[in-house]
Amino acid sequence: MHHKEKHAFEPKIIAFVCTWCTYAGADLAGTSRMQYPANVRVLKFPCTGRIDPVFILKAFQQGADGVLVSGCHPGDCHYIAGNFHARRRFAAFRKLLEFVGVDLGRLQFSWVSAAEGGKWVEMVTDLTERVRGMGPMREFKELGLEEQWSGAIDTPELREAYDSI
Amino acid sequence: MSRIGVFICHCGENISRTVDVERVAAQVGTLPGVAFSTDYKYMCSDPGQGLLKKAIQEQRLSHVVVAACSPRMHEKTFRKAVESAGLNPFLCEMANIREHCSWVHEDRDEATAKAIEIVGMMVERVKKNRVLPTITVPVTKRSLVIGGGIAGIQAALDIADAGHEVVLVEREPSIGGHMAQLSETFPTLDCSQCIMTPKMVDVANHPRIKLYTYAEIEHVEGYIGNFQVTVRKKARSVDEDKCTGCGVCMTKCPVKKIPNKFDQNLGMRPAIYVPFPQAVPNTPVIDRENCTKFKTGKCGVCQKVCGPGAVDYEQEDQLIVEPVGAIVVATGFDLYSIEEKPKGSAIKGYGEFGHGKIPDVIDGMTFERLASASGPTGGKILRPSDGREPKQIVFIQCVGSRAREKGISYCSKICCMYTAKHTMLYHHKVHDGQAYVFFMDARTPGKSYDEFWRRSIEEEEAVYIRGMVSRLYQKGNKIVVMGSDIAVGVQVEIEADMVVLATAVQPQKGADTLAQKLGISYDKYHFYSEAHAKLRPVECATAGIYLAGACQGPKDIPDTVSQASAAAAKVMTLFAKDKLEREPIVARVREAGCVGCFYCQKVCPYGAVEEKEIRDRQGNLVKVVAYVNPGVCGGCGTCQATCPSKSVELDGYTDEQIVAMIESL
Ligand code: SF4
Ligand code: SF4
Repeated sequence: MHHKEKHAFEPKIIAFVCTWCTYAGADLAGTSRMQYPANVRVLKFPCTGRIDPVFILKAFQQGADGVLVSGCHPGDCHYIAGNFHARRRFAAFRKLLEFVGVDLGRLQFSWVSAAEGGKWVEMVTDLTERVRGMGPMREFKELGLEEQWSGAIDTPELREAYDSI
Repeated sequence: MSRIGVFICHCGENISRTVDVERVAAQVGTLPGVAFSTDYKYMCSDPGQGLLKKAIQEQRLSHVVVAACSPRMHEKTFRKAVESAGLNPFLCEMANIREHCSWVHEDRDEATAKAIEIVGMMVERVKKNRVLPTITVPVTKRSLVIGGGIAGIQAALDIADAGHEVVLVEREPSIGGHMAQLSETFPTLDCSQCIMTPKMVDVANHPRIKLYTYAEIEHVEGYIGNFQVTVRKKARSVDEDKCTGCGVCMTKCPVKKIPNKFDQNLGMRPAIYVPFPQAVPNTPVIDRENCTKFKTGKCGVCQKVCGPGAVDYEQEDQLIVEPVGAIVVATGFDLYSIEEKPKGSAIKGYGEFGHGKIPDVIDGMTFERLASASGPTGGKILRPSDGREPKQIVFIQCVGSRAREKGISYCSKICCMYTAKHTMLYHHKVHDGQAYVFFMDARTPGKSYDEFWRRSIEEEEAVYIRGMVSRLYQKGNKIVVMGSDIAVGVQVEIEADMVVLATAVQPQKGADTLAQKLGISYDKYHFYSEAHAKLRPVECATAGIYLAGACQGPKDIPDTVSQASAAAAKVMTLFAKDKLEREPIVARVREAGCVGCFYCQKVCPYGAVEEKEIRDRQGNLVKVVAYVNPGVCGGCGTCQATCPSKSVELDGYTDEQIVAMIESL
């Protein structure tokens, strides 16, 4: 049994991953009984192409201290090219985040295949340790982004407004 | 108000060892919307599923969360169970507290806390799940088989014999593949052509097989049950319907000295040719690069001598669209060429063995052509340099294979056996000759394989030297092979007349391009990936596409034929149904919000987004909006993340569901 260190600050890490590669890679880490910090919560998407950058903002706003986005390696996308679109989108999004002053150390993009359980463990461990050192993320917590949610479009008022246009 | 049922699995002890399942059940039981929560030893077992169904009915549950292993493992199981209890299967979600929690964290408090959060997240998500209708699509009961080697031939014959039409596409002018090139086959030493050519003829004569040779896959559209495949039939310059296969053109063609690839460039062929006498179809093709008519405009002899007037210099490539319901990929292998380093490849060449420089250093396939009765030497083992019989011959195994530093770390699987076979064929043909084999280990698992290998040593007198060759050079008309025998710890030096390299098995060139057209995945060596290494070895992750033979990994003939028949069986299983159910994870457009920018159309990898006109009652065009064809949509969700007006939504992964998950954390 390994000796558990106590840390003053335990960051919250949210991971957005695709089903086919990274989720499966994380499963493999499990079946191989590898160990990594318990800070990460995994949200599964069909494809990195589905991951809207707004989710990353939402995660930070919701109290995440670090965010991980990971999918299939370029060229291996289960949906042919979804991850290429994702890569472009996140390249632009990173710039934007940098511009508004978010420390990019809190945000990790990477490719983890279904065969790379070890790489998943390494990435989660590295990010957790890095963010632990950076301390809590405060910037976005107060930001109200509610009105931008398409989810909110489902309210009866908005629906009516839409339908009348 | 939702009445959610949560079921926490112990998975024997796999989960309960580090996760306090009772505490999880108690804790999530207090969440708003949760009406029932319990834990059980094995949820996936029959009584576990029974418990789930009973609870759904007795507790009138509206949604279900099963906290257990990965959804990749049992999502289908539980969704089925939920369905049989009368709920829509998509109102059931799994929380992965095994692979993502109990197995990767040792601290019980930490793992329990994390499990509670994971389950809580799925509870919030499932609340927003909607009833999704089953989508059924018709099945086109025709199959495409790509590749006309033994794998493709076997699959095509099996499917056609079962009563379904098959379109068989082969890149070369004839079917037959590598097996047609071989002399004898291990472990029985039966003649390859004798067992292969009848099958080739069966393909040609089969009423339900449509054969395209000298053809390639241009484009693939569609999905399981409903693919549209565009085949490029390259211009043969010979009309297949008119040609009788008499072969006069080939004898009269003045260009005679073109190295024949089928004979590993040892034999020569004319510019109008069939690759080998037993070719199927027996229709020649003009190699336009070497034909004088195409190069200078003069000549035209073949057209003049052709009785039925089949030679057509004007013929052009044809694009033919074939609707099929299933695809078997059987594109086979190629041998690692050590003559030249493939450009831009991570794999480096083996200059040190002198292949390509020293004429009597050949590869295994060239040896096959020498040993073959129908080969360029009529089955005599002769040196390419001077036509003499080699009296000392050295075989080197694992050339390219199992060499991490060269970029190929896998074992090519067939070389141990074919090298043993080569030593036997050599000994049968050159009685006073001596064969030496440099090898790392002998890998001979397989029915009657080890016996065969031992026979090459015990009865056919091959000398096996455990160790690798360090250096090899030409000295006079000999090749000096220097290596070490690590079993006895001495250096050995052999003056050989000929050296045969067992070069690595690699996927066919262009395997990656084809994979991209098909939307299937491949590994770092470009071998195609199966859906599951153990449980779904012939299916691709892309539904409706199956694998056969060495395109998936190095394989010998028995394994290839087995897999081809297995792939055919999968196709028949698919064709046993008239309609298919597909996962209803597809995108839908909210027409009211759509502004018709069609960004979604630009990013959709499946071309699923169409244009739809919205008209008012008078028939005036109001606007053009996007429409997602649910049959074509692959369900990636790229459109949703791209849509600037948030007007397209992926069922099962809506913004609402994802935001609910994030907010629960
Ligand atoms: S991206 Fe959105 S708004 Fe633009 S056409 Fe597609 S659905 Fe309509
Ligand atoms: S989810 Fe959208 S982008 Fe993906 S295949 Fe369907 S329509 Fe195309």
